[in-house]
Amino acid sequence: MDQFTLNLIVVGLSFALYIGIAIWARAGSTSEFYAANRGVHPVLNGMATAADWMSAASFISMAGIIAFVGYDNSTYLMGWTGGYVLLALLLAPYLRKFGRFTVPDFIGDRFYSQTARIVAVIALFRHLDHLCDRSDGWRRCRLLALPEVSSSTGLWIAAAVVFVYAVLGGMKGITYTQVAQYCVLIVAYTIPAIFISLQLTGSFLPQIGLFSADASGTPAADAPGWSADRPGLPVVYRTPFEHLDMVLFTMALMIGTAGLPHVIIRFFTVPKVSDARASAGWALVFIALLYTVAPAVGAMARLNIINTIYPNGVDGTPLAYADQPAWMTNWEKHRPAGVRGQERRRSDPVLQRHRCDGRHGCRARLERQRDDHLQPGHPGAGEPGNRGSARLGDRADRGRWSGSGPVHGGRPVAGDLVGGVA
Amino acid sequence: MSDKSASAYWAANIRLITICLVIWALVSFGFGIILRPLLSGIPVGGTDLGFWFAQQGSILTFLVLIFFYAARMNKIDREFGVDEQ
Repeated sequence: MDQFTLNLIVVGLSFALYIGIAIWARAGSTSEFYAANRGVHPVLNGMATAADWMSAASFISMAGIIAFVGYDNSTYLMGWTGGYVLLALLLAPYLRKFGRFTVPDFIGDRFYSQTARIVAVIALFRHLDHLCDRSDGWRRCRLLALPEVSSSTGLWIAAAVVFVYAVLGGMKGITYTQVAQYCVLIVAYTIPAIFISLQLTGSFLPQIGLFSADASGTPAADAPGWSADRPGLPVVYRTPFEHLDMVLFTMALMIGTAGLPHVIIRFFTVPKVSDARASAGWALVFIALLYTVAPAVGAMARLNIINTIYPNGVDGTPLAYADQPAWMTNWEKHRPAGVRGQERRRSDPVLQRHRCDGRHGCRARLERQRDDHLQPGHPGAGEPGNRGSARLGDRADRGRWSGSGPVHGGRPVAGDLVGGVA
Repeated sequence: MSDKSASAYWAANIRLITICLVIWALVSFGFGIILRPLLSGIPVGGTDLGFWFAQQGSILTFLVLIFFYAARMNKIDREFGVDEQ
């Protein structure tokens, strides 16, 4: 049996499971259709919420962007989980207490206004683009194993499967289908993570592995440039109040998470108000299972790639470009349209050095810039933290308050030295 | 429920929410971002405690917070006789 048939069978089985559940749980009344007869156990509702809410961004992209940017993108981890605290404390129990089926119902009754209710319905149309986005995410998550299926065909398949189980099963069908989806996705995500962690650090739990040393004695969290505070970011991002951007970004993600309509309606399905509170907690348990693993996957990938490219340490000679692992070259050649490959590395100073070292006379330029920078008359020379030898692998810099992003003349030294030369 | 006990119930509710939200903000915006330099002296697996809070600590604290809130709120509901039994 070839790989395509095998993939087709696995993907087909998962679709059959989703539709089978919808047929088994098909809705027979209004209450069943909109609120699953208010009979969903809070733990199952939490699991369904987790599956409903975690989309391609969490399953596919987040570990990548965290591997790439490091500490600064902790905002995603804190923001997308912190929203559940707001939801549990301020929203879910009150909406459930009101006892209606939909948010527009709640708004219409609460403000004694049919107009407010219509406005709330119109506001939901704004989410149509979100719907398209999620269909695409659904396709990416569930059809990833079938690259032969084009993205537009994939979208139609995704829309058709979701339509069948949503219309047939209503909220009850959706709930149990999502419980099944959560189980499928979390297993697919954590099993590789556990084995990567075991192999790299000897620790069974990726959450512990993140902070445990690998064979060379470097903990994954200490992968060069990773846990440091915004290495090489231009000064404009760090003023006027350092990290105000991180705080505001995190808060925006939190408030956004708490206001998502497809998450809010999940809390109408539990039997009691107290269940709505507990259910938000269970949702976060199931989300945290993925959200504490993702940074470990990201950090370990980064450590692995840096160990591969810099066999003699980040200060030593990197691997020659021609000797890089075959998968890197393959990726550069065959990456899907729209996914950026080599040029993406430009924003990652550590990886960028690999690309430019020894080619186009880059090393000479690097050294010239560094020497210029050490000249007494050079703007910024001698400022605290502004060492000409600033490197991402510089241990003394690591983890300090904006320690590894020394700045002169409004531009980062790290960027000048390594990122800006390509 | 009389007006007096209704306002006492609401006050207890608001107090609990305030405590939880202060902790919520402290671990994420505080320890994870703004106060990270203060925690930089405490090493955790190759980096510092602030980093751990940003990556894992805040999420674990959120979890504890929600279940703590749910349990306390159930207790307050029972005390004021507004639970759904």
